[in-house]
Amino acid sequence: MGMNITHDTIAVRVRERPTELIVGLITTLFLADLLLKLQGTTVLLFDTHILGGSIGLSELFTYVLDGLIVGIAVGLAGIGLSMTYSILNFANFAHGEYLTSGAFVGFSTAAVIAGGSGIVDRMLLQSNPGLELLSTPIALTAGLIMAAISTIGLALLLDRLVYKPMRDAEGISLLIASIGVALLVRYSIAFIWQTGRYGVTGSATKVTILNLVTLTTHELTLLVLGVMSMIGVAIMLEFTKLGTAMRAMADNESLARVSGIPVEQVTRLTWIVGGGLTGIAGYLFVLESGTIAFNFGWINLLLIFSAVILGGIGSVYGAMVGGVLIGLVDKLAQVWIPSDLTRAAVFVVLIAVLIVRPTGLFGGVKTA
Amino acid sequence: MSEAPDAPATEPVLAVDSLKKQFGGITAVEDVSFDIQPGSLTGLIGPNGAGKSTTFNCISGTLAPTSGSVHFQGAEITDAPPHVVAEHGLFRTFQIARELEEMTVLENLLLAPPDQRGESLVHAVTPGLRQRVKEQERELLERAWELLERFELDHLAREYAGSLSGGQRKLLELARALMAEPSMVLLDEPLAGVNPTLETQLLEALHELREEGYTFLLVEHDMNVIMNHCDPIIVMHQGSILTVGTADDIRSNERVIEAYLGGDQ
Amino acid sequence: MSTSDFRSRLTGLPDALYVFGLMAGLYAVFTGLTVLLNFELSGIVNTLRAITYFSAVYAMVVLALNLHWGYTGLFNLGVAGFMAVGVYTMAIVSGPTNPGPAEIPGLGMNLWVGVVAGVVMAALVGVLASLPALRLEADYLAIVTLALSEIIRLVLNSTLLQEVTVGGATFGTGGATGLTVQNNPQTPVTAFFQSGPGSALTDVAMGIGIDRPTVVEGIGYAIVLVVIVGLLFVFIRRIATSPFGRVLKAIREDQVVASALGKDTRQFKIIIFGVGCGLMGLAGILWYGSDGYINPLSFRPNITFYVFVALIIGGAGSNTGSIIGGSIFASVLFYLPQFLEQNSTPVLDGIQSVLGGSTATPQTIIDAGGALAGLDLTAFLAYCFANISSLRFIGVGLILIYLMQRRPDGLFGHRIETAASIPLTRGDTNE
Repeated sequence: MGMNITHDTIAVRVRERPTELIVGLITTLFLADLLLKLQGTTVLLFDTHILGGSIGLSELFTYVLDGLIVGIAVGLAGIGLSMTYSILNFANFAHGEYLTSGAFVGFSTAAVIAGGSGIVDRMLLQSNPGLELLSTPIALTAGLIMAAISTIGLALLLDRLVYKPMRDAEGISLLIASIGVALLVRYSIAFIWQTGRYGVTGSATKVTILNLVTLTTHELTLLVLGVMSMIGVAIMLEFTKLGTAMRAMADNESLARVSGIPVEQVTRLTWIVGGGLTGIAGYLFVLESGTIAFNFGWINLLLIFSAVILGGIGSVYGAMVGGVLIGLVDKLAQVWIPSDLTRAAVFVVLIAVLIVRPTGLFGGVKTA
Repeated sequence: MSEAPDAPATEPVLAVDSLKKQFGGITAVEDVSFDIQPGSLTGLIGPNGAGKSTTFNCISGTLAPTSGSVHFQGAEITDAPPHVVAEHGLFRTFQIARELEEMTVLENLLLAPPDQRGESLVHAVTPGLRQRVKEQERELLERAWELLERFELDHLAREYAGSLSGGQRKLLELARALMAEPSMVLLDEPLAGVNPTLETQLLEALHELREEGYTFLLVEHDMNVIMNHCDPIIVMHQGSILTVGTADDIRSNERVIEAYLGGDQ
Repeated sequence: MSTSDFRSRLTGLPDALYVFGLMAGLYAVFTGLTVLLNFELSGIVNTLRAITYFSAVYAMVVLALNLHWGYTGLFNLGVAGFMAVGVYTMAIVSGPTNPGPAEIPGLGMNLWVGVVAGVVMAALVGVLASLPALRLEADYLAIVTLALSEIIRLVLNSTLLQEVTVGGATFGTGGATGLTVQNNPQTPVTAFFQSGPGSALTDVAMGIGIDRPTVVEGIGYAIVLVVIVGLLFVFIRRIATSPFGRVLKAIREDQVVASALGKDTRQFKIIIFGVGCGLMGLAGILWYGSDGYINPLSFRPNITFYVFVALIIGGAGSNTGSIIGGSIFASVLFYLPQFLEQNSTPVLDGIQSVLGGSTATPQTIIDAGGALAGLDLTAFLAYCFANISSLRFIGVGLILIYLMQRRPDGLFGHRIETAASIPLTRGDTNE
């Protein structure tokens, strides 16, 4: 049957075109303003500053580059969230904590392997281990691996203890439980590592590519590993049996169940793939920013939600593109508003997307 | 335009004209037109996928038709949202009974009547006005108990609707629609999953109510029920109306027999 | 006694008894604690004042949230933001036009104008947010309201509106430094006890050993809050036991059915969203406003989660449960850890006198673990006390998970609180 479309949906469809028009107009306006600013032209109307102003090309270039880097990290962090959202049918509010725990375990491991005095202090990140790709490559690699493994472990443990007994519950019950998980994990991390913000990296070597872009080795690592992981996931979803099973479950779980897909096993694999990616994302987030704190994942959670929803829930490509777009908004918004409000701008975009096009750019699967 | 066979003198209560509904590229319903006479118990029948539910949902406002029109008691309700359709006095039940599970049976009934004073927040909380809310509630309550007795649900009045059996839920749903004193009720497979005793009870109730002046449009899967109880009968097939007539007309109509036996499951 | 026994026994009693019983129990426990810690009378009374105050403010917000989540099924994660809108509006509207140096001026209006403006503004923001947001399904609504709450906090925190001049009037949010609330709901209560008719009461209290005037003023304010909770309870119960409340319940259960029965669900949702947000604004004013100082940090989403946990403990959908859940959460989960932290030295000394060991706080979790392995429980507890705010959140998280798995109805959510303005008995017939 499946024809019980509610009136609300119809209303959304009816209004879809005008709102898209408005969004297009607003975007055009911002772009025009940006071009005028680049040119250094100011448009006045009745002595009021309407459009334009001035901005340097190099300044703009820095914003775009920063936006891309943040965006790749957000996109990578979003893939796991997107997978659990579409396949397990709930918005996981504890996703930020998976990032945090991966990063803490990873950097503690790396700090210990990097060696030096005071193993306890190193393990608890009390002194900056000064990690850097070229001087401590083994420690950083080991940390990355541990970040992935520990997050997988955490994801499986929490699934077993919290979510598995609630498999039949509604999405909203799982969402509330995940808020409990978020508090539990975040403050367990705070209980162990305390609530400070710790520096973990040394000054990174700068690399100039094709005389065009100068990046630190850490940013480069983030970009390369980020893009590679995304491609890996995309290939897995397209070409493996697991990928097919995951897509089937995202489409219709009960149908997937009756057609013989081992739902419980796919669920576990979803946590493994999603958890591993999320741990890596958390680790790379910290590698790029250089500092770590018990709440960084939570602080970035809404940013990641924004990316996933903008891209379309359940779509890996969507998470990537959404991440980059959100990263660009976060940085480019500085052209127009004070830098302490760019996060608010991202959330405005999130709300706008949910209202104008709740299925996102890549028309993901809408869940409960 | 398909007319009811016994060419009535009265204005139709419901007039559906050239209704069409497409989903994407698929046409679920096309060129569906019929009138419903007041005080009738009309049956709408057809094999799976005939477009009964889509027609039903287009009338009740759950779906917006692609084209065509729906008039109820002379007023156009074509694109009206469900609550506006109900405000006109056209109520519906659901195929899978949709009870408000964590509300009691009585609460379910009391919800339905339109124009309740206490549905205004100001009336609900202001001391003087609240007295008038209570007066109206007392009248409604009396009516609710009468209906519960009529449908033999009075012993369950204070239970959560979610604890009722499938058949009892169907009765409750009918009672709930009647609480609103509707001009017409659309019944979506009211007998699905109902045991024979309750089925008899429900059908008797429908006949009684029809004689009291209520109008019903009954969508039903079960051919026998429609044949024995409804007049006129509308037969749908592959998104269009095949024929309209009395049970005898339908029984002797070769196209109907073909449609039911002809591979469409 | 198993939980279900306990719950079925609960059902038989009149509702006021639960609240009084619970508060009496909490008073007894905290009196015991303070006596053990050798508090003076004014310290004991002040502790009881504190739990009354926190219970009352929590009860208010939880009651407001119950209208959204418990009654209508609207998952509003923007509680902190709506409280912020209320209290900031109040602070700006009734702030003095010429405050002390380095302070942000306000619009200089009467306190009550400020309170009304705060409530109206919170309701208004709620209604505006609801217009598009209520079309969304529950999880999206949660994300949107959380994002909105963060937008509100970030804007308040920004330098953008720190101090602005519009049409000759200068005012602002104070940005990250926050705002002094000179003219707040505590002010008239303080005046009453200092120079008004209440000064005689202050003298009496001083006579019996409650030697700090602020304690007396605080008690006065707590009593005012309890009365307001009572009024709010009556107001919300009226909503709940009315045809209006019946429609809200129907929306929670199945929106499609509600609209098929002729109810304009969208209109009901917008109204209740506005009313609930307005009440959250009021709670923000009475809670944070009375501290005399507000700051965006107080309105992080954690406070929203606190309120949700309190509601779920009490049982979503039950107004009595809302008050009970609010009180339990405020006293046991919110205030008790804070109380233990403030008194950690005497508490640890007491533990040491029983268990021995060292009261020196271990610096790291490893040291604390070492102490535990060496059976020095006191040292381990010292570490726990030093990190009690983290432990509190861990506890809240665990309780939330437990409730969602085992007791999604909380203490009172399973009860049938009928939505009708009259008792639903049969007037004329048997039974």
